[in-house]
Amino acid sequence: MGDQLKMTTIDSNVGSASHAQSRGTSSSLVSATGVWITSSDSKKIGRLFVGVSLLLAVIASVLGALLGFERMSASSMGLINGDAVLQVVSMYQFALVLGVLAPLFVGIALAVVPMQVGSRAVALPRLAQFGFWAWFFGVAMVAVSLVGNGGPGGGTTDLVDLYLLAVGLTAVGIVAACISIVTTVLTSRAPGMTLDLVPAFSWSALVGAAATALSLPVTVGTIIYLYIDQTHAKLLFDGNKGIDKYMNWSFSAPMTFVLVVMAFGVLAEITPVTAGVRQPLRPIVLAGLGLASAGVLGAVTQSFHSLEWTGSASDKIQSAIPYLLFNGVPLLGAIVSVAVVMLSVKNSKIKLSAPFASALFGALMILTGMAGNMILRITPAGLAGTAFEEGITLYVVYGALLSAIGALSYWAPKLWGRTLDPQKLLGLGGIGLLGTVAASLPLFVAGFANQPANVVADFSYDGPQGLWNLLNGVGHVLMIATVVGFVLLLISAIRGGEPAANDPWDAHTLEWSLASPVPTNNFESLSMVNSSEPVLDEKPSSQEVSA
Amino acid sequence: MTIALPSAPAPAPRRQILVATAVASASAFMLIMGMLSMWLKFRAAAPTRKSADGFYVIKDWLPADLKIPEVSANVMLATIALLAFIAQWAVYSAKRQDSQHRSLALGLCLLMGVALVNAQLAVYSQMEVGLSSGAYQTMFYTITGTMLVLIASGMAFTAVALFRSVGGRSDDTQIVSAHALYWYFLTAAFTAMWFIVYVQK
Repeated sequence: MGDQLKMTTIDSNVGSASHAQSRGTSSSLVSATGVWITSSDSKKIGRLFVGVSLLLAVIASVLGALLGFERMSASSMGLINGDAVLQVVSMYQFALVLGVLAPLFVGIALAVVPMQVGSRAVALPRLAQFGFWAWFFGVAMVAVSLVGNGGPGGGTTDLVDLYLLAVGLTAVGIVAACISIVTTVLTSRAPGMTLDLVPAFSWSALVGAAATALSLPVTVGTIIYLYIDQTHAKLLFDGNKGIDKYMNWSFSAPMTFVLVVMAFGVLAEITPVTAGVRQPLRPIVLAGLGLASAGVLGAVTQSFHSLEWTGSASDKIQSAIPYLLFNGVPLLGAIVSVAVVMLSVKNSKIKLSAPFASALFGALMILTGMAGNMILRITPAGLAGTAFEEGITLYVVYGALLSAIGALSYWAPKLWGRTLDPQKLLGLGGIGLLGTVAASLPLFVAGFANQPANVVADFSYDGPQGLWNLLNGVGHVLMIATVVGFVLLLISAIRGGEPAANDPWDAHTLEWSLASPVPTNNFESLSMVNSSEPVLDEKPSSQEVSA
Repeated sequence: MTIALPSAPAPAPRRQILVATAVASASAFMLIMGMLSMWLKFRAAAPTRKSADGFYVIKDWLPADLKIPEVSANVMLATIALLAFIAQWAVYSAKRQDSQHRSLALGLCLLMGVALVNAQLAVYSQMEVGLSSGAYQTMFYTITGTMLVLIASGMAFTAVALFRSVGGRSDDTQIVSAHALYWYFLTAAFTAMWFIVYVQK
């Protein structure tokens, strides 16, 4: 092993699974499980993150559908026990943000970034592994506490304590994995790959993970206060009633924007490949992705910066500046990156590939959610505390889910050695788009009609409540179909699909120089990188091919 | 078919531990800053009361009969600043391959870490109030306790660096540098906490 790999943990467990297969099925199953549990291969850790978060996406959508159908009538429909509403809402919010949104992209980044930057492994793989297991057990304990009447407003004191510990553990796990991702991009790039040559997705992983590592500890600090107060004095936060009040910002915009930066990186990665061109104005795309992570500014202040628009011109300006800084800058960054990325499509004959469609749909949905947040923070609109807030979260989370499906189908040849059925994937992307709009847009409308957020019965407002809450419920059901359909498609491809080619997309970045699926320690030897599209540089141009 | 890229010479040594420590320190700094901002928020929201002489209206935040031992707090600040200085001495020695001074500096760091913990426990002991006896007390114990945990983590880091140094690992200057970086962060975080919690109260 070379000198340059001294500080890198290389997985030495490569042959265990195949060796175990020769000893019979049951022992091979045990050994394979052992390999997955103990492996320091970032592709395995990443896929564990992705697998569990897709399962949680289904659970969150089921809860969302139940809440939507329950709200069709102002009187309870009996789908959810009245005493359990707070627990269901808490699980729904937690699962959407810390169960799906954050770990899904962290998992994809752990699996893809080392390959993209030309590293044999993720930096500090044991830290990434600790991150997964901390997050996993945190999620499991949150579920246990909420099922047992813990969580915000819960009646069982011990399980309320457990809920706080579990959410803290979940956040610590995600931060640990993010530290590993940031360190990988900063220290483990291929020779010659300066930061401005880093692929767009890896760049978005760097800024997104750094922003997450800086903002989630603020959540942890709040949890420490809540936990100590809850277990001792109960003087500061009104016991368990204060949990929702003081932690709600962790599960809503702009915190969700911090966690979703990588979705724009996915689009920036896939679009030029689909268009068959080099990305024009690449530095501006990278700058836009960096700017999108400015949501961290709003997240760490733990408060919302609204536009009041009352009083003198000076008062209006004083209100408008923080409003634009905290809400407008992340949206501006996202719009810039998407707009410049789409320039690559302008003069090319683009084929609507399934990964590109999913990534584009996802980015557009997230942009809609971010634009919705700008409207929400205009105080005269009177949307704070209404279902409009829920609509924003759903646009962002379900948009991110679509983007993640695009990313997983794009990198499936490298992660599983299979290419997924493009027609079925395209259909799933369409269903997902429909589901996202159906789940989110009606809540925007409901917000204008003063339907309160996170309340399922005994409220009054104007308008056809049955219709938009029905649409919301149907949207969640469509998202369940999308996620389950994608997982089934992936399983069928892994079990019976044709092996994928090494470079099925005619792509540009380093990971496509590797075999499909990528072996455990990625690269056998180090490669020299002199441009942002090193693999494209080595391919014959169209003129050379025709000659 | 795989695409063959031009092979590259061995890159410069990676500094993964140092960079990861920097990112982790930044995360922990945000943790402390977030907790201090909550402290300021609650202090600002505290009701007002008249001072003992009746002339001033003051925030009813710090209980009137509660005395914060400032001497111990100031000693802690001086100790942690000195500790950061000695951690840099360890880095200097490590870069010069001077294992004796490196081990000596790391040993001193560990000793001063113990002194920090002792001073914090002295503060708790001299205050003679329980964690549950009021809102201020709960917040005080929570934020200083969190800092204590971070200091204990620094001591564990020092112990690892010291054992490696004593064990003859003369080439791991990166660990010693990362260790020093962590103590710089702790010094900055403690200084902010000292000013808000012990000086401004």
